[in-house]
Amino acid sequence: MNHVTSETFDENAKAALADSQLRGALRNATSLFGKRRLAAAQGLTNWEDLRTQARAIKDDVLLHLDQYLENFVSQAEARGAKFHWARDGAEANAIICRLAAERNARSIVKSKSMTTEETHLNVALEAAGIQVIETDLGEYIIQLAEETPSHIIVPAIHKTKRQIAELFTQELGIPPTDDVAKLTSTARATLRDRFAAADIGISGVNFGVAETGTIVILENEGNIRLTTSLPRFHIAVMGIEKVVPRFADLDIFLKLLPRSGTGQRLTTYQSFITGTKQNAFDDGPEELHVVMLDNGRSRMLAHPVTRQSLACIRCGACLNACPVYQQIGGHAYGSVYPGPIGAVITPQLMGLEKTQQLPYASSLCGACREVCPVKIDIPRLLLHLRGEITEKSSPEVQQAKGRTMERFAFKMWRLMMLRPWAYNLSARVGRLFQGLVVKDGKIGRVKSFVGPLAAWTSGRDLRPLDQKSFRDKWASDQGKS
Amino acid sequence: MRVSLFVTCLVDQLWSSVGTSSVEVLRRVGCEVEFDDRQTCCAQPAFNTGYRSEARDVARRFIEIFEETKADAIVSPSGSCTAMVRHYPELFADEPDWLKRAQAIAERTHELSSFLIRVLKREDVGASWNGRLTWHDACHGLRDLNLKSEPRTLLKNVHGAEYVELDNADSCCGFGGTFSVKYPEISLAILDQKIEAIERAGVNAVVAGDASCLMQIGGRLSRHGSKVKVMHIAELLASQEMSGNVR
Ligand code: SF4
Repeated sequence: MNHVTSETFDENAKAALADSQLRGALRNATSLFGKRRLAAAQGLTNWEDLRTQARAIKDDVLLHLDQYLENFVSQAEARGAKFHWARDGAEANAIICRLAAERNARSIVKSKSMTTEETHLNVALEAAGIQVIETDLGEYIIQLAEETPSHIIVPAIHKTKRQIAELFTQELGIPPTDDVAKLTSTARATLRDRFAAADIGISGVNFGVAETGTIVILENEGNIRLTTSLPRFHIAVMGIEKVVPRFADLDIFLKLLPRSGTGQRLTTYQSFITGTKQNAFDDGPEELHVVMLDNGRSRMLAHPVTRQSLACIRCGACLNACPVYQQIGGHAYGSVYPGPIGAVITPQLMGLEKTQQLPYASSLCGACREVCPVKIDIPRLLLHLRGEITEKSSPEVQQAKGRTMERFAFKMWRLMMLRPWAYNLSARVGRLFQGLVVKDGKIGRVKSFVGPLAAWTSGRDLRPLDQKSFRDKWASDQGKS
Repeated sequence: MRVSLFVTCLVDQLWSSVGTSSVEVLRRVGCEVEFDDRQTCCAQPAFNTGYRSEARDVARRFIEIFEETKADAIVSPSGSCTAMVRHYPELFADEPDWLKRAQAIAERTHELSSFLIRVLKREDVGASWNGRLTWHDACHGLRDLNLKSEPRTLLKNVHGAEYVELDNADSCCGFGGTFSVKYPEISLAILDQKIEAIERAGVNAVVAGDASCLMQIGGRLSRHGSKVKVMHIAELLASQEMSGNVR
C-alpha cells in the first residue's frame, strides 16, 4: 500500500478498498474527528464570521505576499533568526544538509511537518549520514513502520491499535500489549533520550507573524516544544504562504485550526518563537534558521483561480469529511498531500502528467468546502483542473487512456444536445437496442460491453429508458386537451 | 403564477413520471405550466468532466431557449441541474454579454421544493402517501442551493406518511456523475454506507430531489433485492393514494 504513486491512483484505491483493517481504522477515525469538529464549530456562535475573516486575511496575504514576507523576515532577523530561500524541495534539503554538516550534526530530532514531507527531507538527511528521529507519536510510528503519513494531521490514521502494538513489539522489543498508555510511555521513554542527544531540532511552521517575526507552532504532545528548545540549533521549514500580517490575526486562526483539525478548543501546546535566545537565562536555541520553501507556490500564486489553494492552513478537516478519503485513506493518492486539498495541490506542485487522475477522484459533493475553515472552494478548483486536463494540458495528458474516447463521446453529446431531433433520435435508438439488456424492467450486470455500462452495472442495476419519454407524454397530453 | 418546466434530460428519458408528477404538483398549487420541447440538457455532464467548451455551447442554447419564455419562473425537479444553471456565470466570465444573460437565467431558475416553499410559501401541497419514509440530501441541492429544511417540511406534510431522519442524510451517495463509472469501486463503497443507513431506518421508501442519486441508490437496492423503494420528491408530492404504495 505504501510508496505508490499518483499515476496508479485507480489501482491503489482498489487495493485500499480490499484492506478491511484500513477501512475499519478510517471509518472510526474520520467519523470521530468529523463529529468533534462539528461540535467544536457549533460551540462558537460566530464560526461563520471567523471563517470569512480568516479567508479575507489569507486573501490579503496572498495579494501582498512579497510585502508581508519582507516584514516577517526583517522582524525575525532583527531578533537573531537567519533566513534561507529554497526554490524547491531539493534546494531546501541541500540547505538543511549543509547547515547540519557545518555544525557536525550526527543526530537530529524532528517534529511533525508536512512541508518537510513535501521535500522528502528525511531521505536526504539519511543519505548524508545523519540520523533523524521523528518525535510526533504518529510520525514516530510511521517512521518505525517505514511508511509515509496518510493524513496531514493524523499521520498514522490508517493503523489500528493492534497494528501499532505489533509494530512496537517488533521494533522496540516490548512485550505485546494493547494498553495505549503503555505504548505511549514506551515511545516517550525512547524519544526522551533522543531529545537529549540531538544536535539539531527541525520543525515546521503553522503561522509566521509578519508584525513580530514570530513563528507559531501548534501541537498536543509537547514534542515540538522540546524539538525547538532542547537542541542548540533549531531549523524551521516554512512554506512561503504561511505568513499572517498581525499577531492579533492569530486570535482567529487559533480558534479555527484546532477546532477544524481535531475538534479541540485549543491544542495542548502553542509555541511562539521569536528569534533566538537573547541571554543565558532564556529558553530556546542559540541559532534559529528558517528555510522558506517555494516549491511551486509562487506559480500557484500567479493564477487567479488556483491562488486560493494557498489559503490552506493544513487542518485536515476536508480529508475527514471527504467520502472518497473515508473509503480509501491517504496512501492511495500517492502524494504527500492526500484527500480533497491534496487532489488540488498535488497536480499543481507536480504537474498533470503523473497526477491527472487526482482531480477526478471526487464526487464533487462539496463536503470539503463546507468544513474548510478558510472557505476554499475545492470542488471549483477540481473542476478547474479537470478543464485544464481536457483543454490545456500536454498531448500526453490529452491522449491518455480513455480520454480520446471520452472527448469523442462529449463531442457527440454536444451535437445531440444542440439538436432536439438528434437527441430524440438517439433516445429512440437507445429504446430499440436496450431490449438486448433489459430484463424484468431493469438492466442487470452487463459484461459483454466494456466501458461505462459495464462499470455501472458491476454493482448496480440500471434503470432503462422509459417506453415513453416525458416530452412524448406531454405532446400527447397537449393533443388531448 | 406561470412556470416554465425544465424537466432535465435524465428525467425526460429515464424517469418521465418525475416530469408528469412535477406538472401535477405545480398545477395543484395553482401554477400554469409550460414546457418548451426544444430543451435538452443543462450541460452538467460536460462541465463536470472538464469539457468546458462543449458545456458552454449547450449552456448558451439553454439560455437562448429559456430567455424566450414569459413565465415568472423556470422550475426544475433537480437540485443538481438547477445548481448547474446557477453556475452558468462561471462559464462566461470572459464574455460580459453572455455573463449578463447567464446571470438573468440563473436568477429565474428554481429547484422544485425550494420553489414551492420559498417562492409560493406552500408547505402542504395536498399529497398523501401511506408508509414510512426518509430523505436523502442530494449534495448539490444541499450545498449549492442550501436546501435542507424545505424538502423536509414538504415531506412532513404528506398525509399518512411517517417521516424519519436518515443517519448521515447529508453524506454523499457516491454518484458524482462520471465519477460513478470512472471509479465504480469507490463509488460503490461510498454508496454502501448510504444503503446501510437506509436499511437501518426501516423505511418503505427513500426520497430525494435528484433522479441521478436515486438511480445510484435505487440501482444498488435493486441489486440487493431490497424492498425499499426510491422515490423522487415530485412523485411523492404528486401522490394522493392514502392506501397505495404499502409494502
Ligand atoms: S483545504 Fe481547508 S479543510 Fe482542507 S486542510 Fe486546508 S484548510 Fe483544512
